[in-house]
Amino acid sequence: MLEVAGLVATYGAVRALDGVDLTAPAGSITAVLGANGAGKTTLLRTVNGLVRARAGEVRLDGRTVTGLSPEDLVRRGLGHVPEGRGVITELTVEENLRLGGLWRRDRRGLRADLAQTYELFPLLGARRARTAETLSGGERQMLALGRALMGRPRLLLLDEPSLGLAPRVTAQIMAVLRRLRADDGLTVVLVEQNARSALSIADRGVVLNLGRVVADSPAGDLAADERLRHAYLGF
Amino acid sequence: MARFVDLTLAGTANGMVYAALALALVLIWRSTRIVNFAQGGMAMITTFIAFSIVQRGGSYWLALLVAVAAGLLIGAVAERLLIRPVEDKPPLNAVIVTLGLLVFLQALAGMIYGGTPRSFSPAFDIRGFQAGDRRLLFSPADLFTVLAVLAVMAGLAVLFRYTSLGLRMRAAAFAPEVARLLGVRVARTLTIGWALAAAVGALAGVLVAPSTFVGPNQFDATLVFGFTAAVLGGLDSPAGAVVGGLLLGVALSYLSGYAGSDVVTLGALVVLIAVLMVRPAGLFGSTGERRV
Repeated sequence: MLEVAGLVATYGAVRALDGVDLTAPAGSITAVLGANGAGKTTLLRTVNGLVRARAGEVRLDGRTVTGLSPEDLVRRGLGHVPEGRGVITELTVEENLRLGGLWRRDRRGLRADLAQTYELFPLLGARRARTAETLSGGERQMLALGRALMGRPRLLLLDEPSLGLAPRVTAQIMAVLRRLRADDGLTVVLVEQNARSALSIADRGVVLNLGRVVADSPAGDLAADERLRHAYLGF
Repeated sequence: MARFVDLTLAGTANGMVYAALALALVLIWRSTRIVNFAQGGMAMITTFIAFSIVQRGGSYWLALLVAVAAGLLIGAVAERLLIRPVEDKPPLNAVIVTLGLLVFLQALAGMIYGGTPRSFSPAFDIRGFQAGDRRLLFSPADLFTVLAVLAVMAGLAVLFRYTSLGLRMRAAAFAPEVARLLGVRVARTLTIGWALAAAVGALAGVLVAPSTFVGPNQFDATLVFGFTAAVLGGLDSPAGAVVGGLLLGVALSYLSGYAGSDVVTLGALVVLIAVLMVRPAGLFGSTGERRV
């Protein structure tokens, strides 16, 4: 589904990504882990087109998409849940959700998806006419997730979904991701500082350090590797 | 008392024009964080286009329509050609570009039409309405100005609030990066924003031309009033622009009526400085950093 090969990205003189390889097969959940500044967010921003790659390739379903704009990538099945629960606080809950599917042409499908999203997150339905500013952190994360799903993505990228959330809320979000994978075959790549919760649902874990991949193995093996955990994952 | 009513009515009509110009500035500020100093110049050119049409025997309505259409075009072209290249650069670059555009437009108008201001006839009678045995300081032309600006504002409000284009434009203004990640073609919404702003400015130009005349520098003062109104309302808020325009229009009308018309520009300047000192975010502006 998603293949990243030899990806290099720089900020000025800093090589934030220094030849990253990563493969996320269809229907899998991949956790990208690592300390602050390891290059996790840059990896997502390069994949989604916000940061231009210096070298390397990004492929979606075998097709090279390196250099495409975020707007075009969305139209090719990429969904995005930005860091810091990037809901637009000035807009209402429903406007945020509609925004996620505005590029789609099928009006009827959109209406159905909106209803489905409210089914998946009943709290959002109850607050649909309020501005997103009135939502709690957990609710905002739900909104950001629901909004990304309105675009019917085949690959969903999540940037630190558990950041600043209560463990109960994190568990809820992870449960939704698992369900989407099981029901719709959604492919998920999530970047997480919170390695423990990410590995609990991921099939595979990739550990970044200073812009390079230092480990890439099944999630269970990563969680069991004490040396790696101590060195990079902090648990 | 009658004098007070007169001044209030006259101020309302002027205020609506300031409100329209303020709205044009706010539309651009909201989406691109640029103060468009060329706004007055763009409105001046489109008003000259209207002037030419009337001069060649075209009707007022055709002239108004073409001026607004020309505004749409000029706004879009200005954004694509001149603003787009400096969008990621420091804000000062864009300010200089809009100033350059202003100078260019004024020079262009001077070359084509000369420097002497031309008169521009209004669509309706400029003699005040009859109220009993006296005439109000408010004419059918003033009424048309008020109604036309109100209609445009209502239209914009509907566009922003209820259409998907409006939703895209708001999203792009509030959070451009997030909007892009959701598939909104932000660059396109910026072009549309500039086009709409210039069209609103074009309307204001045609409405104000009968009282200021049309000339290369004829709208400078009006633009200053529009800018003051926008700052008064809080550069960020369309509703604030309208309220700011009306407040300023009425205040300047009292000033002109009770203290003399010579001090009007000074009055606007005092308002501008007072707002910037006491309440820099304006009456309706959101203060401080945006929280996400």
